[in-house]
Amino acid sequence: MVPPAIRWDRVERRYGTVMAVDGVTLAIDTGAFVALVGASGSGKSTLLRMVNRLVPPSAGRVLVDGTDVAAGPAPALRRRIGYVFQHIGLFPHMTVGENIAIGPRLAGDPPADVGRLLDLVELPRAVATRMPAELSGGQRQRVGIARALAPGAKLLLLDEAFGALDPVTRDALGRRLRALHDELGLTTVLVTHDMAEALLLATRVVVMAAGRIVADETPGALLAGAGGDAAQALVGVPRAQAARLAALVP
Amino acid sequence: MNAFLDALGRVPPLLAQHVLLAMAALALAVAIAAPLAIVSARRPRVARIALGFASLIQTIPSLALLALFFPALLSLSALVGGGIPALGFLPSLLALTLYALLPLLRNAVAGLNGIDPAVVEAADAVGMTPWQKLRLVEAPLAAPVAIAGLRTAAVWTIGAATLSTTVGQPSLGDLIFAGLQTQSWALVLAGCVAAAALALAVDAGIGLVERGIATRRRPVWLGALVTLAIGLIAATAPAWPRGGDGPVVVVGAKNFGEQYILARLIGQRLERAGYRVEYRDGLGSAVIFGAVASGTIDVYVDYAGTIWSNEMHRRDVPARPAMLAAIADWARTTHRVRLLAPLGFENAYAFAMPERVAAQRRIATLDDLAAQSPRLRLGSDLEFLERPEWAAVRRAYPMRFAATTPYSPTFMYRALGSGRVDAITAFSSDGRIAAERLRVLADPRRAIPGYDAILLLAPDRAADARFTAALRPLAGKIDVATMRQANYRVDRDADKETPEQAATWLAKQLGL
Repeated sequence: MVPPAIRWDRVERRYGTVMAVDGVTLAIDTGAFVALVGASGSGKSTLLRMVNRLVPPSAGRVLVDGTDVAAGPAPALRRRIGYVFQHIGLFPHMTVGENIAIGPRLAGDPPADVGRLLDLVELPRAVATRMPAELSGGQRQRVGIARALAPGAKLLLLDEAFGALDPVTRDALGRRLRALHDELGLTTVLVTHDMAEALLLATRVVVMAAGRIVADETPGALLAGAGGDAAQALVGVPRAQAARLAALVP
Repeated sequence: MNAFLDALGRVPPLLAQHVLLAMAALALAVAIAAPLAIVSARRPRVARIALGFASLIQTIPSLALLALFFPALLSLSALVGGGIPALGFLPSLLALTLYALLPLLRNAVAGLNGIDPAVVEAADAVGMTPWQKLRLVEAPLAAPVAIAGLRTAAVWTIGAATLSTTVGQPSLGDLIFAGLQTQSWALVLAGCVAAAALALAVDAGIGLVERGIATRRRPVWLGALVTLAIGLIAATAPAWPRGGDGPVVVVGAKNFGEQYILARLIGQRLERAGYRVEYRDGLGSAVIFGAVASGTIDVYVDYAGTIWSNEMHRRDVPARPAMLAAIADWARTTHRVRLLAPLGFENAYAFAMPERVAAQRRIATLDDLAAQSPRLRLGSDLEFLERPEWAAVRRAYPMRFAATTPYSPTFMYRALGSGRVDAITAFSSDGRIAAERLRVLADPRRAIPGYDAILLLAPDRAADARFTAALRPLAGKIDVATMRQANYRVDRDADKETPEQAATWLAKQLGL
């Protein structure tokens, strides 16, 4: 039997008296595109960041491909997992090409094919020699995704990765991400507070509130009314917006 | 102008020592500050303690910090059974290193803390080990701010290194201190100009490195770095060891003209005997005996009364021959220092007044001076008021002056000449006593001990036949009138001679 790509096993995370993650057990199959949705402070980012050990759990354990993430050194684990976050964090003193190639360089692997990676995120190859400060926000996040994919990662974690982008860029980048997920056979976990984004991109939507999972459904089931009140409240927002937009059409 | 060019001629060897000292201190400070800054950036508690300590050091005047290392190293050396030099390079290095810590530490911590947290998180997320994160991300991003701190530290260290002269480490300060003592402004100017030029050059060089790194232009910062390194290494060339020139001996001198002259007189004789001679000028009375006892210097001239009061802590005042015998015995048995011979003259503390004023007030003795002291102002040298002789004088003659002001010797004579003080604590061998028509007051109660000038030899030189043979001809040869003339050649306001010239003149007078 193939173990799940990620498995959280009765995981908790306390900050003082606050339970950010309150006893979560969840498994994600290889090849799935899962959206973790919830309001700010629902614990979705904390849950994600436990996978590559940016946050250690207070209790419980996290397994990637059947192995406890706490077993080996953190850098080796992180080099196998792509991670993209809202603030991107490109290294300002390195060129775009150097930023993308950093993962294989750290691991001592053969140099990354920067040109091909730029193709994947639909950036012209010429940007490889530019500095990050010369790029737009959307271009920078594309570089962030290319950097995450460079070591040949099969598991991609995105923490509000499109949160700071304008709607047009955000939509284009979301579609590109979904296409990459399919082309490269990735397992993708996308943390977002935007239910419409989750419904349009993911194969499975997990809703969190106050550190617990309150719904775990396919997009189709959620739209059909499953998942309970908290999930339906989130689904209701884009649905109502769509209806109001439709009503504006003369 | 000629004097200034002559003074500039003395710069290269001192500049070499200055650069060696300042760069060694800076390198040591960087070696300490860099790891401390990295830990501080990760742990705010460590940062508070480290920066607090560095700030505290900064509040100690640099001169005092240097001076404090003398007793500290002396007791440390005693603790481990000797071998740690308390004078010269080591205390200077330690004091300057401590002094350089604050700007280095503060800027490095600020540079590290100023890095965008998202960049640090990305470094973790792509799988950097802590060392890779430091090398690839934190160090290059903190570098411009950290290097600005290095610039500040370099300028401070180069400036403060001039003070290391006072603990027996040659530096450009030698010119400044010697110039101040003998009022050779050309020397002071040469020392200041050289130190300032060095500081500006290093500041500009590091500045260029800083700009090159900030604008990511590798040829610029690499070129500046290489130029700076070559320049500094070239500046130390005069200090490179040269083999085959014979053994090196070090002649010590306190911080006034007579000492400079006698040191040169001794040095010239030793050079003729085949030694290579170095000078440590400007040593304080408190440290110079320790310097000869520890072998930091090989020979110097001290005065019997100074050893008697300061080192032996004696208060009685025996006859001069008995006192010399007791000092020779004490120095040999307690420190293995050899009193080779008295030079023949005395340089005693002597209270002096302008002849005209003394006649008018009818003051001829210290008893007369004490009686009128509440209406008089006393000028002294920098150390007399702290010395046991002053306590002894006041025990014998109850004096209470309206004001007592310490001056450096040259300014003390100026103050007397301009009437700002009425009496001074002069030195009996000072050429200015005769030249400025001063009356030396008698000491009928014999409160002030004898101050025969004596040659003191380090333990390793005590039985060195060639060394003692070179100096023995000086024994008993110099009378006080000749010494006064030699001193006046250096101390007078116009037509000054250098201590070397005066020493050559003195040697000729002595028929050597």
